[in-house]
Amino acid sequence: MGNHSDGSPNHSGTVATAGQNEVEKFQDPGIPPHRLRLADTDPKAAKRAERQVAVLFGASVVGTLIFLVAYFAIDLGDGTSIATIRLQNALLGLGTAFAMLGIGTGIVHWAKALMPDHEVSEERHPIRTEEDRLAAVRIVDDIVEETGIKRRPLIRNTLLGAVALAPLPAIAVFGDLGPRPDRALAHTMWAPQEGKLKRLTRDPDGTPIKASDVTIGSAFHVIPEGLNELPEGKLNEKAKAVVLLMRLDPASLNPSEGREDWSYNGIVAYSKICTHVGCPVALYEQQTHHLLCPCHQSTFDLTNECKVIFGPASRPLPQLPIAVDAEGYLVATSDFNEPVGPSYWERDEHERSIKS
Amino acid sequence: MSAASRAEAPAFVAKTKVGRITDFVDERVGGSGILREFGRKVFPDHWSFMFGEVALYSFVILLLSGTFLTFFFDPSMAETHYDGSYLPLKNVEMSVAYSTSLDISFDVRGGLFMRQVHHWAALLFVASIAVHMLRVFFTGAFRKPREMNWVVGSVLLILAMAAGFTGYSLPDDLLSGNGLRIIDGVMKAIPVVGTYISFFFFGGEFPGTAVIGRLYMLHILLVPALILLMIVLHLFMVVVHKHTQYPGPGRNDGNVVGYPLGPVYAAKAGGFFFIVFGVIALMAGFFTINPIWNYGPYDPSPVSAGTQPDWYIGFVDGALRLMPGVIGDFQFEYVVFGYTLTLNVLLPALVPAGILFTVMFMYPWIESWITKDTREHHVLDRPRNAPTRTAIGVAGFVWYCVMWAAAGSDLIATHFRVSLNDVTYWLRALFFIGPVIAFMVAKRVALALQRKDREIALHGRETGRIVRLPHGEFIEVHAPLDEYKRYKLVGFESPAPLPAVANDHGIVTRKEKQRAFLSKWFFEDRVAPATPAELEAAHGHPAHPAVEAGQESKSLSH
Repeated sequence: MGNHSDGSPNHSGTVATAGQNEVEKFQDPGIPPHRLRLADTDPKAAKRAERQVAVLFGASVVGTLIFLVAYFAIDLGDGTSIATIRLQNALLGLGTAFAMLGIGTGIVHWAKALMPDHEVSEERHPIRTEEDRLAAVRIVDDIVEETGIKRRPLIRNTLLGAVALAPLPAIAVFGDLGPRPDRALAHTMWAPQEGKLKRLTRDPDGTPIKASDVTIGSAFHVIPEGLNELPEGKLNEKAKAVVLLMRLDPASLNPSEGREDWSYNGIVAYSKICTHVGCPVALYEQQTHHLLCPCHQSTFDLTNECKVIFGPASRPLPQLPIAVDAEGYLVATSDFNEPVGPSYWERDEHERSIKS
Repeated sequence: MSAASRAEAPAFVAKTKVGRITDFVDERVGGSGILREFGRKVFPDHWSFMFGEVALYSFVILLLSGTFLTFFFDPSMAETHYDGSYLPLKNVEMSVAYSTSLDISFDVRGGLFMRQVHHWAALLFVASIAVHMLRVFFTGAFRKPREMNWVVGSVLLILAMAAGFTGYSLPDDLLSGNGLRIIDGVMKAIPVVGTYISFFFFGGEFPGTAVIGRLYMLHILLVPALILLMIVLHLFMVVVHKHTQYPGPGRNDGNVVGYPLGPVYAAKAGGFFFIVFGVIALMAGFFTINPIWNYGPYDPSPVSAGTQPDWYIGFVDGALRLMPGVIGDFQFEYVVFGYTLTLNVLLPALVPAGILFTVMFMYPWIESWITKDTREHHVLDRPRNAPTRTAIGVAGFVWYCVMWAAAGSDLIATHFRVSLNDVTYWLRALFFIGPVIAFMVAKRVALALQRKDREIALHGRETGRIVRLPHGEFIEVHAPLDEYKRYKLVGFESPAPLPAVANDHGIVTRKEKQRAFLSKWFFEDRVAPATPAELEAAHGHPAHPAVEAGQESKSLSH
């Protein structure tokens, strides 16, 4: 049986190696005898290998030329067709590949066929010697002793305190990377401005949508009126305000209490930003009335106020309350009554303050 | 010669031109000591040692192609109208970053090629690091004295993923923009500080106008600098430790057997750089990667079906997909003291990756604690000769692959015409049972291979020659191995479980009991290497030379 650890520090064989006493083990026969290659014995083979290496290097030269010709002979300009770019790209790739593979395979072939292939054995030296380690420990001890840090705890403790606090400014100085979140995530552009309700308009051209244009079974990608005219921060607003508009048979909708008047004639509007991690819920399955997020496959049931029926999302998509204005256009009667998009730490707080 | 200069005429006079140059350098920087140390340094050779080289060379190619791209790329998120030669996007409103990415693709000669080289090299970089790490794991190369280098390598894997992701997002196209959107969602799920992290990262609300510039700095300065630093550390430690070698005749922990650096090894390794470059160029020339012009500029509203991240982010994305948000009426989003805790995002984003990386970093110490093996190891294990370690590795690999496959659940469903929901249910089940099955199967396979090794060592290899004996029995003649081949099959150690040992006070601690339990689990199923006595017994008539020749032995039949 092997040598179980007996706790002594310098016991090298701490791993039990059953059935492997020295006597019973096969002896290492040593490095196998070297076998000569064809090129070592036959001068003709060596000459052939030499020529092959030269041909490979020659192929590399050809590759370089292909690259240069492709680069200079094919000019890109206005109206270059995709096919031309594709051709140039392929030729540049081919040229580089030949140039590189020629050199690479040539060198490797040279090394394998013609350079000496005797395996050699080299001793491994210990990473450190006992003597060095003892000297190093002594030096460290001396250094620590000379600083006197052990004898002067006042110095040590104040230094520790100072060093612990010193990085704080380095963290604080990043404070202006962004503004404080405040309540930015709680609102979208849909909130009525100066009493004027926002119209639902088509994404991306911004033309308003008449209720009569929305036939049963159709779906619209919607942005709020005025989004395209924003001087700045357009994408930020769009990332919160995009909405999907669909019309179903009014009988198939099951609005909960207080949300009966959020739809118009079977037309419903839901936030397009997934409540999971914020991808646009862009796929509408008309037959089943399901909305599907293509990123992580969260599935929402339109007939049930966009309740989650599959996938990683945990909350229903927020509904945008809509109505029709005097001219027959669809308008949002208010902002969403909860924050849209992925959840965040302060979300519940924001939702409560919106509802109150 | 002036009195001030105490230099004397050197005694050594170089005869050749190369000698004179070497001498010139040596007299000024003392290079000959380095050359003497490294010029003939021995490196073991094996095809599996080349994955690390692929990673290193991919990184060099990334630096070269990336530098080219920076000359033409402008990481600005300012709005512009496209005016390049790609007609379908003419006059479309987009960011300067996206517009200059298009210009690189369509208006800079060779720009598309460089972009494709850069992207393919990046994919290969992470892939080769991953495969290299699998090689190191399964052969036990992480054992003492190389534990720290394993940690450095793990850090390199994370940095490579960071470099990949920050670069992936730079073109500001629709696909990568949705990737950032997902990152934003994950950040916001972090308790207490998540909203702040998101606002600080994006410079305000998502997507803002700052993030591409910030990612650009990380991508071209901070992350590559850290990678470079880690590579230097990594290679430095390789030199200090010398390379590991596979077990075999003449190889032991006290030596290193292989080819000298100059000329053979250097030529092979140097030539291999050009081969890696050539293969990447071939892929860049003929296989389109990341055709950003098809995706369009980032816009929070549209998204294309079948969206996929780059492969190395896939396992996190897959984990996000696998987590159910609701089970029945049970929601994974809680309100705790008036604050929102969104576990359906937080758990899958952090826990699997956290477990994988923690175990990866800790593994060398976990194993050496269980086995109490504190010796230096320079000879690798063949994976079959460490069945439990191999099984752990395969289990982890399968777990990773289940998550990775989940990132393509929609594509699996459409390609194989099966229900998307069913694919997800199956993968959810595999997430839990896959690693367990993998562990058991891998361990059994390793043990079976060990038994096969024993069989071959003791009874020789099958020759395919069928012989009919005088009494009518047919046997297949087995040819004995030569001693070199046999040593390869028997020259390993098969440790037995190590029972709990009392400490200095004569007490067997609870921790020691746990260790003993794990040691039993680790080493219980074992196949001991064949011994000379067994070989003798197997041959039956050791005196008979005919047996060795495989002529008439019954004991050889099987």
